[in-house]
Amino acid sequence: MPYEKPLTGNMRPDGEALDRQAYERAGGYEGLRKVLKGMTPAAVAGEVKNSNLRGRGGAGFSTGLKWSFISERAPHPRYLVANGDEMEPGTFKDRLLVERDPHQLIEGMAIAGYATGTDVAYIFLRGEYKVGGQRVARAIAEAYEAGYLGRNILNSGYSLELYLHMSAGRYMCGEETGMLNALEGKRANPRAKPPFPPASGLFGKPTTINNVETLCNVPHIIRNGAAWYRGLSKSQDGGTKLYGASGKVNRPGLWELPMGTTIREILDEHAGGMREGHRFRGLLPGGASTDFLTEQHLDVAMDFNEVQKAGSRMGTGTMIILDDKTCPVGMLANLEHFFAQESCGWCTPCWSGLAWVERILGAMEEGRGQPGDLDKLAFQTRFWAPGHTFCALAPGAAEPLQSALKYFRTDFERHITEKRCPWK
Amino acid sequence: MLTAEERAEIEAEFPRYPNRKAVCIDAMKIVQKHRGWLADDALRDIGELLEMSAADLDGVATFYNLLFRRPVGRHVIYLCDSVSCWIMGSDRQCKHLSERLKIEPGETTADGRFTLLPVVCLGACDRAPVMMIDDDTHFDLNPEKIDGILERYG
Ligand SMILES: Cc1cc2nc3c(=O)[nH]c(=O)nc-3n(C[C@H](O)[C@H](O)[C@H](O)COP(=O)(O)O)c2cc1C
Ligand code: SF4
Repeated sequence: MPYEKPLTGNMRPDGEALDRQAYERAGGYEGLRKVLKGMTPAAVAGEVKNSNLRGRGGAGFSTGLKWSFISERAPHPRYLVANGDEMEPGTFKDRLLVERDPHQLIEGMAIAGYATGTDVAYIFLRGEYKVGGQRVARAIAEAYEAGYLGRNILNSGYSLELYLHMSAGRYMCGEETGMLNALEGKRANPRAKPPFPPASGLFGKPTTINNVETLCNVPHIIRNGAAWYRGLSKSQDGGTKLYGASGKVNRPGLWELPMGTTIREILDEHAGGMREGHRFRGLLPGGASTDFLTEQHLDVAMDFNEVQKAGSRMGTGTMIILDDKTCPVGMLANLEHFFAQESCGWCTPCWSGLAWVERILGAMEEGRGQPGDLDKLAFQTRFWAPGHTFCALAPGAAEPLQSALKYFRTDFERHITEKRCPWK
Repeated sequence: MLTAEERAEIEAEFPRYPNRKAVCIDAMKIVQKHRGWLADDALRDIGELLEMSAADLDGVATFYNLLFRRPVGRHVIYLCDSVSCWIMGSDRQCKHLSERLKIEPGETTADGRFTLLPVVCLGACDRAPVMMIDDDTHFDLNPEKIDGILERYG
């Protein structure tokens, strides 16, 4: 069955970026013209709210509702930041969007900027995304030339400056208040909330932060309407979603599919099933910081509510597959090493607990696991629960570990009793 | 002292931010691009222009993975060590690179040609294992392929 693919359907097959003219031929910048000609900012936020677009950065917050937090009387300058940090392991969706269709992001930001009365916007992009950075920079210049950015956009009276910031690299830059600190030239430690960014964000001014994929949906919602957008989806959440799969599947990749496509369909039809000689054991549905799901969950629809009901989070929607030839304890050691390395050191349960967990898992892999280690690991995951730390890095680190202890417990136990990794 | 070129590139960033301090990460990246790494005198030079102390800049620089406070080789190899690449065998690629270059991750070859650094997920998990050398990304790695790629970096 052919699906409608608003985000990726126009992309060039040769892997190059769509330039401004090609983007316009496909209906590009019509959404921006439409809002500037005849919609109030509140009407734009309302349309996006009605579309049931939920944030693609992982938390799934209603985008239209987020925009409505910037009140009409909020002071200026106001800021908007596109979150293109994408350092969540196993996630590779925003790279495609910035490399292949940068104007789609720019138009989404101009519309979001109008809806929130934003004066200055930044695209915060991972430093390693060099190709994406060059293409975004070129597209920004093209958009300024054509009058889609800058002073008095298309003679509407609305003005928006848009700049690209290439990050110097740290997972915490993706956490929204850490990102604001990074943009201010500081260490990317998170900020205490409240105040929330709409009240006091970048440089102390009202600020909206959205993920790249979230913003790329916006031009299509405005052009075709909220009802059309809801209709793309198989679930309550609106639209399509970029789903991915990596690991030992036949065709690792990224696909734009209706929101709410089942895990089984993504794995079997799009990823081509497991590689020969490999059996499916489990998956992280949306990046390193989501709970494992297993065989019993294959018919779960990939949307925010359904994956949550199954005991995990959809997160970024890019799935990491665990097969039977890969050691689950080794996988956890790898994941927790990442979190330990990227912890910003602000809260004790996070920096201290992660270092400890990394050591325990490493020792287990080397055959030096101790009876009682599993209780220690479980204790740490409870210690990282939401509310104990400044940001969601530590709760995120708990998710794969707490679920692995549940689903792969005998594998952990074998490491301890056999005093070796059975996969080595 | 900043060279005229370094200074001009940093000053070109000023209009994008409401104050000079906010430019410091861009400024450090610019100077690192020209000098390879950020020595103490590089921080002092940048600090003079941005009206910041070298200690303040050091505090920022040490937070970020891509700002180097120690010398690196002519080419930096960033090998992804995150989960999808690990499942696809990045450990073996790392071992191969280590043996071939005779350095451990984090070190620089004796001839100053390569520095080998592990890096967080490069966002190309469908083509794992992945590494970057300088600005180029290389996909679907295996030992033979790595040998061929290294030849291209003198
Ligand atoms: C440690 C950490 C890292 C994060 N990294 C990213 C990221 O790389 N990209 C992203 O969009 N959101 C990331 N987030 C989520 C953001 O804080 C924020 O919720 C999101 O950008 C909001 O955009 P959305 O409402 O459009 O989803 C991260 C959160 C945490 C706690
Ligand atoms: S939870 Fe971890 S990463 Fe987040 S603020 Fe605390 S120490 Fe930093």
